[in-house]
Formats: sequence, structure tokens, C-alpha cells
Amino acid sequence: MLELKNIQTRYGKIQALKGISMHADPGEIICLIGANGAGKSTVLMTICGITPASRGDIFFKGKNVTHMAPEKIVSLGISQVPEGRRIFPYLTVMENLDMGTFLRKDTKQIKKDLDYVFHLFPILAQRRHQPGGTLSGGEQQMLAISRAIMSRPELLLLDEPSLGLAPMITRQIFDIIRKINQENRTTIVLAAQNANLALKLADRGYVMETGTITLTDTGKHLLANEAVKTAYLGI
Amino acid sequence: MNMPVLNEIKKSLIAAIWFMFLTFPIMVIKVNTITRTIDWRWKNMMYTGIGAFFLSAVWRYMLRRKEKNQNALEKEGLSIVQKILQVKTFSIPATVLLLIFAIVFPHLFSMHQTNIMISALIYVMLGLGLNIVVGLAGLLDLGYVAFFAVGAYAYALLNLHFGLGFWTVLPVGGFLGAVFGILLGYPVLRLRGDYLAIVTLGFGEIIRIILENWNEFSFGPAGIANIPKPELFGLDLSLSAKTIYLYYIIVLLVIFTVFVINRLTDSRIGRAWIALKDDEIACQAMGIDKAKTKLRAFALGATWAGMGGVVFAAKTAFINPASFTIWESVIILCTVVAGGMGSIVGVICGALLLILLPEYLRDFGQFRMITFGAVLVLMMVFRPGGMIENVRRTYQFKTGETNDIHS
Repeated sequence: MLELKNIQTRYGKIQALKGISMHADPGEIICLIGANGAGKSTVLMTICGITPASRGDIFFKGKNVTHMAPEKIVSLGISQVPEGRRIFPYLTVMENLDMGTFLRKDTKQIKKDLDYVFHLFPILAQRRHQPGGTLSGGEQQMLAISRAIMSRPELLLLDEPSLGLAPMITRQIFDIIRKINQENRTTIVLAAQNANLALKLADRGYVMETGTITLTDTGKHLLANEAVKTAYLGI
Repeated sequence: MNMPVLNEIKKSLIAAIWFMFLTFPIMVIKVNTITRTIDWRWKNMMYTGIGAFFLSAVWRYMLRRKEKNQNALEKEGLSIVQKILQVKTFSIPATVLLLIFAIVFPHLFSMHQTNIMISALIYVMLGLGLNIVVGLAGLLDLGYVAFFAVGAYAYALLNLHFGLGFWTVLPVGGFLGAVFGILLGYPVLRLRGDYLAIVTLGFGEIIRIILENWNEFSFGPAGIANIPKPELFGLDLSLSAKTIYLYYIIVLLVIFTVFVINRLTDSRIGRAWIALKDDEIACQAMGIDKAKTKLRAFALGATWAGMGGVVFAAKTAFINPASFTIWESVIILCTVVAGGMGSIVGVICGALLLILLPEYLRDFGQFRMITFGAVLVLMMVFRPGGMIENVRRTYQFKTGETNDIHS
């Protein structure tokens, strides 16, 4: 489904990723954990072409997408929920969702997807005519996820979906992420600092440290790993 | 008297004393060089003090009132004007009345007034065009007049060399405007905010300087004269009839502009502009082509300027580079900002007010610009969103079924 081969990404002189290799199979939930500045967000940004890789190759469904423009990559079926939600504050909930379908023209299916999204997050249906900026943090995160799945992605990239949310809302969001994965067979790559919840959800996990991957295993094994426990789980 | 009022009076008093102190050297001391004496004009000091006190008091009172109004606004959601605009039973008759007024206008008033109205309406068109770039897409363009110049010179030169008529050149002018919009837009795609403003400013000046110096092409500062007014099926019209005809053309063009821009704001591309203004990275993650969207804004905005330029050349019958200085760009930008960014009605009101007011304040001559400036400063303090703020959608709160999720 997705394969990264020795990816290097730089922000000017600073090298953020120093050779990342990872892969995701169809229907998998992959989790990236690591401290601040480890490069989790950069991996996601590089996959969807917003900060293109300087070296290495990214393959999506067998196609090399390393140097494609972001809109091209989205049209292939990759969608991202950026860090910090980044919903459009002046557009209403409906218009935000409509932006998610920017590249689609199948009006009928869009309507069905809209119903699906409102079924996942009923609160958004209530708030559909409200500007995005007036939603609470949790609702904004729900909107960001909904907006991303409105483009019918085969691969969904989630960057810190629990950032700044109450534990109860976080759990709710993680439940829905699993639901999306199970109901649509959407492959999910998740970057998270909340390693505990994320690893429980994930099939496999990658541990990142200053631009490299230091450890990879199944979610269960990583949860039990002593090093991970002390470094990221605080146990 | 209650405490806040006393407090405000105290503050105004301090302001007055401070002002008297500041202006002391220029207002009070007058050196008489002939008799070598100093006149102490204490009366002036008194006037300054009293003036400063009252102005400061009024200023404070207005600020207070604004705060109160804002609280009231937050409760109600919308201002009165915005509500009126949304009530159909009012807005439709108002539009009809306005249309009738626009139609009979040249028959009611003199040709001079009609001419003033034509230039005001040209600015309405320019304001609406710039509104796409600045108000919707959020790209600060200080060289907008360049596209206006492109349109005007397109008509003048095509007519001079090839004898093309107004109606042929009108779409050509719009098209050339769009082409130049893309020409400017392409290199500045990566710029935002201040940097973008500087580059567009430079672009506007480049066009003007080229027109001024390339004598073989544009006839330099001497300009081009005898540009014909639009023809009507080959009829031989008198000058006044021609003016009225041109007036109707620009009225129709403005209506056309309003229609197109209204459709654009409600379209996906319009929303993409607003989204791009808010957050570029989120837009890219949604698959919105940043470059294409911005270029579209530049091109569509410049199209109206190009057409406006053609009408302008037809109206004045003579153009030279002096008509396309940076000052024009600033005025157009002011109409957008003062009218209300992104709001169509606001921009129309802003353009009419900012163009017509100075026209009728000509008697005040030297104070024209200072009043103009003062109005803009006051505007920014008391109505920062413009005269008629842009409201995109009504909020529809349904009470009773809101089970908020707190986070």
C-alpha cells in the first residue's frame, strides 16, 4: 500500500528526517510515536507532498509519488488531518466538509459520505451552519477528521488527533478512528504522543527519535517493551 | 456624576494639559524679528486646551459607545444594516428602487453629474475586482492600477492602430487584464503579506514607467488623445447622448460584475480562496492546488480592471500615464477596506462614497485629502470591518438539542 524507502527531508539546512524506511499494508493501522521534534509530523507531511523529500522514494499503490504535487497525491487517495486540526475558521461546518471533496465530482456519493460523516459525529450535523472557528476543540478535531475522510481516502494520515483534548474526548476520537478503519478498510497512519492509547489501537508501531526510526514492532509488543515504557508511557 | 465619567474627564484634562505643553512653542511664542520682542499669545494656549479637552472627551465617549455596541452586537449577532440586507421583503424593493434610480439618473441630472457618476461606477467595478484578490483570496495587491492601465491602453492603442471599436476591445481588455494578472501572479506565488504588497507595488510602478518612457509604443507622457466613445449601431449620437449611453454601459457592466462575483463567492472556488487565506497547509492537505487557486484570483480580479480601463479610456477620450499612479491603487484599495472586505454591498458603498465625496468636497480644496485621511483613520478605529461588514452565513442555533461536548 504505502512504502517509504530511505526518506530524507530537510527544512533548509536542517535535516528533519535522516533516512526513514517504513511500510503500511492495506487496512492496517500504523502508529508513529516519539518525542517532540522526532520528525513524526514531517513524515506525514512528506508522504502527502507538502514538504517534499530531498532523497529516497515513496511508493503508494505501487506508484512513485515522491515528487508529485500535493493535489496530485490527494487525488490518488491519500488524505491528511494536519496537526493542530487546521480547520477553516470562517467557513461553516458544511463548507469545511465541502472543501474535503474539492477534487471529487460524484455528487451522489458525496451526499452519502456526508450522511456517513454525520452518522459518525452527530454533533457536526447539529452544528452544520456554524463557522468552524466557533466549535470547541473536540468538535474541531472531529471536523478535521470528517473533512479528511470526505475525500474518500484509501490512506488516512492523522497527526496528533488527541492534541489538547480531554481524555474522554480522546478516547471517543480513537474509537471512531478504529471504526473508520474497520468499516471502510481505510489504512491509517497515526502520529501520536499519547503512546499508550495509540499503541493499543495500532497493528504495528514505529518509534522515532531525532529523524530516524529506532524501533519497530507490533503495537502489543511495543506496549510491553521496557524501553518504550520508560521513555513514552511513563510507567 | 458617577466614577467612570469623572475618570474620563480627568483623562481628557490630562490630555488637554499635555497638548498645551506640547504646542506651547508653536502656539504661544511668536518672535517678532523686527522689534526684537516676543509676543506671548496666551489666548492660543487656552484655545488649544479647550479644543483638546473637548476632542479628547468626544473621542473617549465614542470609544465607550463602541464597546457597548459591540457587547450588544455579540448578543444579537448581526448589525442593523446586515439584518436589513438579509430581509428579502426589504432588500428586493430596495434593489428595484436603486435600479430605477440608476436608470433615470442621467435624465434627472446634468451631464457633469453623469460624468462623475460614470467615474464613480468605474471605481465600483475596480473595487469589486480588487475585492476578489484582497477581500476573498487575501492577497494584498498594491499595483492593481496596472491592470486598469493595461485595459485603457489596450483600447487606445488598438483603436489608434487598427481602428477597433469599443465593443471589440472590451473583452480583449478584460482578457489582457487577466493575462497580466497571471504574469504578475506567477512570480509572486510564494509571497505573502508585506512581501507580496511590495512586489505588487513595484509591478504597478513598472507598468506606469514603461508607459511613460516607451515613446514609440505608448507616446510617453503626452498620452493618446481622441479616443472615440462607444458606437451604437452606427448611429450618429450627440456628445450628451454618447455620455448617457456610456453611463448605461457601465451600469450594466457593474450589474454583470456583481452577478459574477456573487456567484463566485458561493462557488467552490470562492470558498477555496477563503480557505487559502486562512490556512495554506490545510488547503494543500485537501488537494487544493495553491498555485492555480491564487492565479485564478489574480486573473479574475484583473479582468475587471482591464474592462474598467477600456470604459475609462472611452469616457475621458484622452489617457496618459499620469492617470495610473500608485495613488489610484491606494484609492481602490481604500474603497475595498473602508467598504468592508469581501462584502459586495460594502465595496459598492465604499467606492461610491470615496469617489463621490471628494468630488463634491472640491470647494474645500486644500482640506480634501486631510478629511479623506481622517475619515479613514476614524473608520479603522470605530468600524474596523468596514462600513458594511461581510457576513457569510447566518448562524442557526437550535435551542434545546445542544448537548455540548466540552474539551
